[in-house]
Amino acid sequence: MDFILLSILKTAIAAPVLLGTLAYLVWIERKVLAHVQLRMGPSRVGPHGLLQPIADAIKLLTKEDFIPSYVNHFYYWLAPWLALMFAVTAISVLPVGPVIELFGVKTNMGQADISIGLLLILGLTGMGVYGIALAGWSSNNKYSLLGGLRSSAQMVSYELPMALAIASPLLIVNSLNLREIVNGQAGYVFGIIPNWNAIGGLQIFSFLIYLICAFAETNRIPFDLPEAENELVSGYNTEYSSMKFAAFFMAEYANIITACSVATTLFLGGWHPIIPNELGGQFIPTLLCLFFAGVLFYHALNPARPSDRISMGVIGLVIAGLGLVFQVPVVKDLAQPLFWFASKAGFLIFVFIWVRGTVPRFRYDQLMRFAWLVLFPAALANLLLTAFVVAAQSN
Amino acid sequence: MDVILFTFFALVAIVGAVSLVLQKHPISSALSLVSVMVALAVLFLLLGAEFIAAAQLVVYSGAIMVLFVFVIMLLNAGAERESRKGGLAQFLGLPLTAILLVLASMVITQSMGNAKAVKFGAFSGGGPREVGWELFTRYLLPFEVTSILILIAIAGAVVLARKEID
Repeated sequence: MDFILLSILKTAIAAPVLLGTLAYLVWIERKVLAHVQLRMGPSRVGPHGLLQPIADAIKLLTKEDFIPSYVNHFYYWLAPWLALMFAVTAISVLPVGPVIELFGVKTNMGQADISIGLLLILGLTGMGVYGIALAGWSSNNKYSLLGGLRSSAQMVSYELPMALAIASPLLIVNSLNLREIVNGQAGYVFGIIPNWNAIGGLQIFSFLIYLICAFAETNRIPFDLPEAENELVSGYNTEYSSMKFAAFFMAEYANIITACSVATTLFLGGWHPIIPNELGGQFIPTLLCLFFAGVLFYHALNPARPSDRISMGVIGLVIAGLGLVFQVPVVKDLAQPLFWFASKAGFLIFVFIWVRGTVPRFRYDQLMRFAWLVLFPAALANLLLTAFVVAAQSN
Repeated sequence: MDVILFTFFALVAIVGAVSLVLQKHPISSALSLVSVMVALAVLFLLLGAEFIAAAQLVVYSGAIMVLFVFVIMLLNAGAERESRKGGLAQFLGLPLTAILLVLASMVITQSMGNAKAVKFGAFSGGGPREVGWELFTRYLLPFEVTSILILIAIAGAVVLARKEID
């Protein structure tokens, strides 16, 4: 099939999935945080608050788009879309599965397969800081400005240990192409331990350094100094409302998805299953789905609320059906890699939310000291050690 | 397709460069420079120099220009006031610029007169592997000299910064 047509088709699938995930990530975050704090979370709009993202979207779309009189109009308008654009485009080079053949068309699962994929992601996420910095500056408000300044200083500082942490698995895999990086992690040590960079590749330290830097790069707790609400009102987005505010919000979540997907690709073996397929790895998705369906059926039979008898049963049936899809011959090749990639990235996203619920915020000088005096030397030492080991192995 | 892309991004680069000089506000100038850098990255990509393109994006527009914008924001520099143009500059500025451009293009065409025009997609040695190989074999000495130069610059920056505090 024509390359352009195929690309448009993939984008048409990926874009709604990405935007839907962004919307429901907010719901998941609010639910997980609520359960961390022994609350219910959103529960009014729809069953278990499932329609909350749609209500939020309607609210943000119909809100008055208030522009303060003292802002720099052009940059005030440009900043949120700049942030969103760079956050969303970074996802285009991530491979979510191997090269597959579907309806006689051979294609790779993922938008673009380029030789400098990883560098492009680094470049695009680095550009994202302009959105936040400009928002803070153009708002003409000291809290916003401080937020923007903090964000750019933080991003530039944490980009260094992040790049060094990324470099050590690259030494092992010997490529910048994300597909080759994932393929380099295929196979199992002693036939059972996955050969992922974080586990079989013994790159657990660079994985942890990357993860810590990712928290800082995405402006998340414990490093969310750019929007520390008890110091800076709301930081760089204080003066924003309506869709412009939503754009910043979406950019933040898109950045989280990118950071977690890159971590999955680099350190957790991308779409490769955790147990070899010969030992039953291909049955794990189905078994997990059937397990969750069983839990839901149990709740349907012992309902806490009258409506649970129907809702839990229906959702359980859907999940059980989904579990069986993973064993259908043709769909299997498509669904299994997707399952592994999504579940690894999803687990990391859950860690992001988990940390938000449990770890307090750093002070700004602590944040900078941590980057330059702890993370940077650690990443450097890790890179040197990896280089020595790789050199010793190749001789 | 290539020609359209080249024309578009070359225009972006030129417009950005002109706007860098003409803009009154330092932030606008800095952002014009960012657009020049991004456009140049795309031009490198069109020529097949993938690694240089990515480095341009990561280093120049992603790190160096962020620091520029950071410093401008930190100093809260306002729009610059227009300086009074000297009489000479007002009359001779444009002709002298034109003469300089003509001379430069003449020198370039003479020194590289027999060079062939670059074709899109003809060059494939711009990947990270090829660039790294060249850097560590053929250009090893310049590469190491540059790294020593950067080391000296880092040491100098540290010394200068310490002096300020004391």
